[in-house]
Amino acid sequence: MPDSANSTMSTASSASTVSHQAMLSTMRKQRIQDAIFHKVTMAFALSVLLVLVGIIISLVLGALPAFQHFGPAFITTVEWDPVNDEYGALIAIVGTLSTAGIALLIAFPVSFGIALFLTEICPVWLRRPLGTAIELLAGVPSIIYGMWGLFVFAPLFADYVQPFLKATLGQVPFIGALFSGPTMGIGILTAGVILAVMIIPFISSVMRDVFEIVPAVLKESAYGLGCTRWEVVRKVVLPYTKNGVVGGVMLGLGRALGETMAVTFVIGNANKLSWSMFAAGNSIASVLANEFAEAESKLHVSSLYALALILFVITLIVLSSAKLMLLGMSRKEGVK
Amino acid sequence: MNNSNVMNPVYRKRLLAHRVGIALSVAAMSAGLIFLLWILATLLINGFSALSVNMFTQTTPAPGSEGGGLWNAIAGSLMMVGLSTIVSTPIGILAGIYLAEYGEQSKLAQLTRFVTDIMLSAPSIVIGLFVYALYVANVKHFSGYAGSLALSLIAVPVVVRTTDNMLKLVPNGLLEAAFALGAPRWKVAMTVRLRAVKAGVITGVLLAVARISGETAPLLFTALNNQFFNADMNKPMANLPSVIYQFAMSPYDNWRSLAWGGALLVTFSVLGLNILSRTLFAQKAPK
Repeated sequence: MPDSANSTMSTASSASTVSHQAMLSTMRKQRIQDAIFHKVTMAFALSVLLVLVGIIISLVLGALPAFQHFGPAFITTVEWDPVNDEYGALIAIVGTLSTAGIALLIAFPVSFGIALFLTEICPVWLRRPLGTAIELLAGVPSIIYGMWGLFVFAPLFADYVQPFLKATLGQVPFIGALFSGPTMGIGILTAGVILAVMIIPFISSVMRDVFEIVPAVLKESAYGLGCTRWEVVRKVVLPYTKNGVVGGVMLGLGRALGETMAVTFVIGNANKLSWSMFAAGNSIASVLANEFAEAESKLHVSSLYALALILFVITLIVLSSAKLMLLGMSRKEGVK
Repeated sequence: MNNSNVMNPVYRKRLLAHRVGIALSVAAMSAGLIFLLWILATLLINGFSALSVNMFTQTTPAPGSEGGGLWNAIAGSLMMVGLSTIVSTPIGILAGIYLAEYGEQSKLAQLTRFVTDIMLSAPSIVIGLFVYALYVANVKHFSGYAGSLALSLIAVPVVVRTTDNMLKLVPNGLLEAAFALGAPRWKVAMTVRLRAVKAGVITGVLLAVARISGETAPLLFTALNNQFFNADMNKPMANLPSVIYQFAMSPYDNWRSLAWGGALLVTFSVLGLNILSRTLFAQKAPK
């Protein structure tokens, strides 16, 4: 501050007014610095918003030719035929939804069991290491799940689990068709199982977090009435954390929908629609991974953008609702 | 508990439900651990034999030729992940500071926080497609820069989220003490608040590095792949995940073996980073 320092020396007689002025100028400078700080950090924060908007705009622009050519029927058309340049999204949409659905059906009970174990059963000293181990499952890259799924899991699944399912559930009327056909090991069901393993850590960690915010008084009251631990969890903890649990499940669903590499390895990459969960199929993400780099015709590329747009919109909706439910949960934590 | 209680059928039913519930819970936990160990064991069994000096010194082999390594892929991955980390760390930290400092009053900040959380789980292949449309399609060639850009877009939300969470842990008293000394807001934010949770913020950066090190999908249409070593990031670049993908699906035995070796390398680096970040934060958590 050379200016204020000079003025302090030259007018020593009125030192108090001068130091007052110096203070004012410092404050002014700080206010400007703070304003700059505010704007700069805001610009960086806004860049995240900008990316989201940019993704949506670029996908819409890319998808436009396909939607103009096929109309809304694109979504309900089965054909996906690069040779004749005919495209419809139904196979990929069904593949994405069914694999994610299977994953949820398996992952939900298992994640609930894990969260219950980590919050209510496990000795305190084991909680951290076991919790970390489960979270490490989330750290394993998805391509590793794909390799393990294709080379290790799928052959065992084809030899032992699928024949068993075919012989039992496959004989039941109506749902039997889901468990029919050749037992190849790869297909929709295998992809669903692998996805389940991948999303278990996400769901169970959210569940664990929400289980931990249940006020101890509530649980102790239930124990005081003579409830068993299982009853406390089923009738006190679970109802209290319902929104959080659903939020965690939706978060897992969002992950499962967009998962690419693991699914691409094990889903079989066949553009067919079949009732059997043993059959090979395709998901939106796996179609993108397989075909985008090689797509030649404009319509093919645009149809792939359209698929990506559909996937992105579905995941946005699922993840937003997950987030909203979890926000409600953290408000509950605030008032406890 | 006395005998008459145990004989009571209602009580017996409840006890049974309890035991079944607990047993299933233990079974679920064991299943989770078994899958983790199974995957790690698979990697060790198949990948360990591929680990050799050649893997780190030779480039990826041509189809049908013997030997070869992963040196170009390892170098490419390190360069792209490195560049992404350098780009995304300051962006993520500054954005995180904004959310923590101004997040409570401003609707805009709350929206940003919401979007960040969604971007954390957004499908990474769509990010790759976005970078393709934005960058690759315009310059008309795949490049390491495009790959880094895609990885940065994935890393930024991770850093923002952890920075924001960590900064919220700083006690108000500390900030008020700094304000009382006349420090301006930016100084308090950068030198008091951020410094107090340095370890936590580094944790976030490490987690982001771990996350992007294993990402394959966003690199498929951005960095593509390269059979040779290449230090020019403006050209297609080899990277471990893409090479693993290509080699694992190939009919050649030495390619598959290299894929397992690469998989072992990637997984243990990523899990190592995860564990490192956890222990780092566990030691320094301000509580």
